[in-house]
Amino acid sequence: MEQHASEFPANVKRAIADSQLQSTMTETGPRFIEKRAKARANLPEFDALRDQARDIKDHVLAHLDLYLERYEAKVVETGGHVHWAETAEEARAAILSICKRLDAKLATKGKSMISEEIGLNPALEAAHVTPVETDLGEYLIQIRGEAPSHIIAPAVHLTRDQIEADFRKAHTHLDPNRDLTEIPTLVEEARQVLRQKYLDADVGITGANFLISETGTSIIVTNEGNGDLTQTLPKAHIVIASIEKVVPTLEDATTILRVLARSATGQDFSNYTTFSTGPRRADDPDGPLEYHVVILDNGRSNVLGTEFQDMLRCIRCGACLNHCPVYQAVGGHAYGWVYPGPIGSVVTPALIGIEKAKHLPNASTFCGRCEEVCPMRIPLPRLLRHWREKEFEKHLTPGAVRWGLGVWAYFAKRPKLYQFGTRIAARLLHVMGRGKGRFTSLPLAHGWTQYRDMPAPQGKTFQAMWKERARG
Amino acid sequence: MPQGDVVARRRAVDERLAHPRRNIVPDRGEGDEAHRIAVFQRMMEGVGGTVEILDDVNDVPASVATYLRNTNRPARIRHGSDERLTSLPWHRAQTLEVEEGRALDADTASLTHAFAGVAETGTIVQLSGPANPTTLNFLPEAHIVLLEAKDLHGSYEEVWGRLREIYGPGQMPRTVNMISGPSRTADIEQTIVRPAHGPKDMHVIIVRSL
Repeated sequence: MEQHASEFPANVKRAIADSQLQSTMTETGPRFIEKRAKARANLPEFDALRDQARDIKDHVLAHLDLYLERYEAKVVETGGHVHWAETAEEARAAILSICKRLDAKLATKGKSMISEEIGLNPALEAAHVTPVETDLGEYLIQIRGEAPSHIIAPAVHLTRDQIEADFRKAHTHLDPNRDLTEIPTLVEEARQVLRQKYLDADVGITGANFLISETGTSIIVTNEGNGDLTQTLPKAHIVIASIEKVVPTLEDATTILRVLARSATGQDFSNYTTFSTGPRRADDPDGPLEYHVVILDNGRSNVLGTEFQDMLRCIRCGACLNHCPVYQAVGGHAYGWVYPGPIGSVVTPALIGIEKAKHLPNASTFCGRCEEVCPMRIPLPRLLRHWREKEFEKHLTPGAVRWGLGVWAYFAKRPKLYQFGTRIAARLLHVMGRGKGRFTSLPLAHGWTQYRDMPAPQGKTFQAMWKERARG
Repeated sequence: MPQGDVVARRRAVDERLAHPRRNIVPDRGEGDEAHRIAVFQRMMEGVGGTVEILDDVNDVPASVATYLRNTNRPARIRHGSDERLTSLPWHRAQTLEVEEGRALDADTASLTHAFAGVAETGTIVQLSGPANPTTLNFLPEAHIVLLEAKDLHGSYEEVWGRLREIYGPGQMPRTVNMISGPSRTADIEQTIVRPAHGPKDMHVIIVRSL
């Protein structure tokens, strides 16, 4: 997918001015938070499971090469094919080659962030294979020509009105006078439109939440059943997954599955959790005739063994997005690439480079909610800070910021001077602001006071008051 | 990398794969059959599925006919070659048209025999194959599942144990479907709508153990 992460400041301005987006985000935001909290409260073992999930993934990452080898051996043993793709280009090529060999014209798709990452849909179209997204949220944005704005709920930014308009525009074969006011009617229309696609598809492409080494199995989770129809009906099932999706055993997969849905949507379990191993067996009356797994690196192996390794524990649940005040304020599109929110701000620099993604690690107040809710206990604020350090080292930080930081550092390293300066500033601001108790505008602080008032200090520095109280 | 490390790493992986171990298993589904049925029913009904409890498996054909009548559906059902379904007294549901095989687009209702149920999350487990073809779980609008209470386990881990016994260590059928209710989506304004693409209704008939 094309990146627009470098345009983050402009994207943010646009997002904040977008009143439609703002009201949608305000409405949907609290619900995800409530649902997760409720699911956690209903399972006493939840936090202990998170610890185990983290440990399982850490173990895998320390032995990733071996688990991948064992996984491949099992896939081949059960009649499947594994295609190793170091780059997005190689992944696309592998998939297109399968489609060409099968003379495929139509490909149904289950939801896959990796397929967004490698820009699969445009490549399929260029090769005269029509991709049809079957996850309802993905379908909604496909007909709009948009990218997903959330890892779990790709169309969370859309309203019913917008969707009705999109359906009328896209489904021209239906009666223009039909009533689409009710949401169930819209869903029913999508069901009808997509039903025939499932039946006609030559190839079904899905992602994988996990790949199991023990058995050579890929797992997908959906609530709609679209992934299952996508992978069961066509001639070939192609799985596209990244290297860190692998887990050792069925039990290990189960442990992580227990924290996945609860963290993502507050469900105890996704409605359809499907384990697929190889193509149709001799006595199977249904199922794909071919089973392919394209395993993508795209920069992830470079992260192994570095201070950023923990990001590879991510299971793409979206909890960090749901709890992030910055994401809730600007939505997913502002982040400009496949992965938004806290995890997006950590992963994007790793995959497309800190030069292009330099704004994202700064889109955080380090409030820490993301780390608090992450089922895999990824230390997101720490990773964001590491990126900021990298940015600084590479002189990517804007000159004005570097200068400001330099001034601050000068004073911070000289405590007496610092205290002197702040004493004066506190006194001065107190005198200036005494009338109203706050500033609606301040010289040099326009970025702050444009949107919010600055309270006037009461006149003494914290350190001075501390000393006073210690004396008294 | 020192030789010892290489060997140690390989051994760690071999060990973990050869002897799969359970991690933490939640308490929720643990208990006797009555408890497991109660938990399963609560979870399945909580997501819009329906549950019926019978004492005699021979009552299943009549139950299926009644269910289809009550939900205004054609008196037609398709199931796979599972002996536990083909051997049921279908003559007790004279008006019901019973067909066999994988699901076709025009099918309105399917009947499968669950490999297992999991009380923990109100989940049924179906295995691919001629006995219960996978398409029966997804294409028809109504999916009726026959679950014997003896196969209703507390947690998923017990299912893996049974699978390994039947298929062998490290072996799986082509597809294992874990299904926890009728199909749904919340992709439009976070409003839950049923169905999405899979079945609109899931009706689980649990037959208690003697």
